Amino acid sequence: MNPFLGALELILSGDREIFLIAGTTLRFSFWSTAFSTLPGLALGILLANHRFPGRRAAAAVVSSLTALPTVVIGLAVYSLISRSGPLGRLGWLFAPPGVVLGQTLLALPIVVSLVYTGLSKLDARFTETLVTLGAGRLRRLASTLFEAKYVLASALLNAFGRVTGEVGVSMMLGGNIRWYTRTMTTTIALDTSKGEFERALSLGILLLTISLAINALVHAAVKHEE
Amino acid sequence: MNRKALVLALAALCAASAFAMGGKEAAAPANPRIKLATTTSTENSGLLGYLLPLFEAKTGYKVDVVAVGTGAALKLGENGDADVVLVHARAQEDAFVAAGHGVDRRDVMYNDFIILGPASDPAGIGAAKSAVDAFTRIAGAGATFVSRGDKSGTHVKELDIWKAAGISPAGAWYKEAGQGMEQVILMADGMPGYTLADRGTWLAVKDKTTLKICFEGDKGLFNPYGIIAVNPAKWPAANTEGAKALIEWITSKEGLKAIESFKLNGEQLFFTYK
Repeated sequence: MNPFLGALELILSGDREIFLIAGTTLRFSFWSTAFSTLPGLALGILLANHRFPGRRAAAAVVSSLTALPTVVIGLAVYSLISRSGPLGRLGWLFAPPGVVLGQTLLALPIVVSLVYTGLSKLDARFTETLVTLGAGRLRRLASTLFEAKYVLASALLNAFGRVTGEVGVSMMLGGNIRWYTRTMTTTIALDTSKGEFERALSLGILLLTISLAINALVHAAVKHEE
Repeated sequence: MNRKALVLALAALCAASAFAMGGKEAAAPANPRIKLATTTSTENSGLLGYLLPLFEAKTGYKVDVVAVGTGAALKLGENGDADVVLVHARAQEDAFVAAGHGVDRRDVMYNDFIILGPASDPAGIGAAKSAVDAFTRIAGAGATFVSRGDKSGTHVKELDIWKAAGISPAGAWYKEAGQGMEQVILMADGMPGYTLADRGTWLAVKDKTTLKICFEGDKGLFNPYGIIAVNPAKWPAANTEGAKALIEWITSKEGLKAIESFKLNGEQLFFTYK
């Protein structure tokens, strides 16, 4: 069958499981993006607006962390939240909080890095003007935040897109448990391993549609910035 | 595009995510979630999807299935990341219990392993007298063999047969896939080559391949499954009551009957001890 028709059929069939899986994906992505927002914004502003020793090195580290393989994050968090690990008593492994923690760590460097580069592009005279106008620290921070809101929005959408499409963290920390931690990407992986390529492909198209929508938003945001 | 559109889009995204946030299950027992670490053969054949809802409806528990290889499943039990394990590698299961990682091991069911290969059977294993003989013929012919290579129960079985044959498999003909059973069958189909598979998974995927059962029926290919609760003395946080309830149910008359009645394309996949 045509995978595009298959995707359409999946959506139209009203299959409860498909909607639950798509919902789980969105829920995990929403929380991990939300949790990475504040620290991401704070670290991004710190890197962009404050001079301190090792700032360039820190920026380089952050930007290389955006390329961290999801399975490495998965493995690190796994050993942390396994019952035999330091945070084992929380019982987060193979449960939604585990996935959200892993995805938050995946999203964080992306948010920091994009906020940092976005703010660095702001006219340097912006801060100088504020200083000459006699704006205090708080006032300057408030103005930076105001200027940063589109940068932040675009950073968050990027992070959201990244965690929606990742499979390593969801698989290792969620365990692909049906009705519980199964996401769109782990379903695709499972269907592929079962040789159900058509269904996997249809799900892939569904996921692509969601990413596409998110990317359209990012582009709209960027276009607006220009 | 203006600012309003962007804000609107973000709001829509939040709303869609928030919408997806509902849906919590009703809780009957004090600790209703049981983590079951098991092999891909029980989950992907559809057996657990058939059995567990019966158990859940009866007891109010909710079983979370993590399907990995037997080696990984036992490791999850050892680290306290599962409450109960359902696996198929008897020697490792006994070692698991002996090491104090698990308690209350019980036999559940069995089926058998089969050797799959191209319909043309280039190594002529159809005429083999035993599984060991069949493996010897494959190695002798240098015919492609795809190994799970993932410490799963099937992989352990395969290594046992090589060992019994006095062969240490290596070379271009021997491919270690490091993947689940279905994937390995599909890889063997694509190459084409031989592979050792459990009958349950084979019945679940056979319509998708051109492979044939080239050898079967040897006593050495017996494939028993056992269930073990994680040791509560070692992991007090484990859901011991839940593990116990699942073990009791699955080995009860009702559970065993359900296993016997599970069929795929009209064929029974797992058998219980009578």
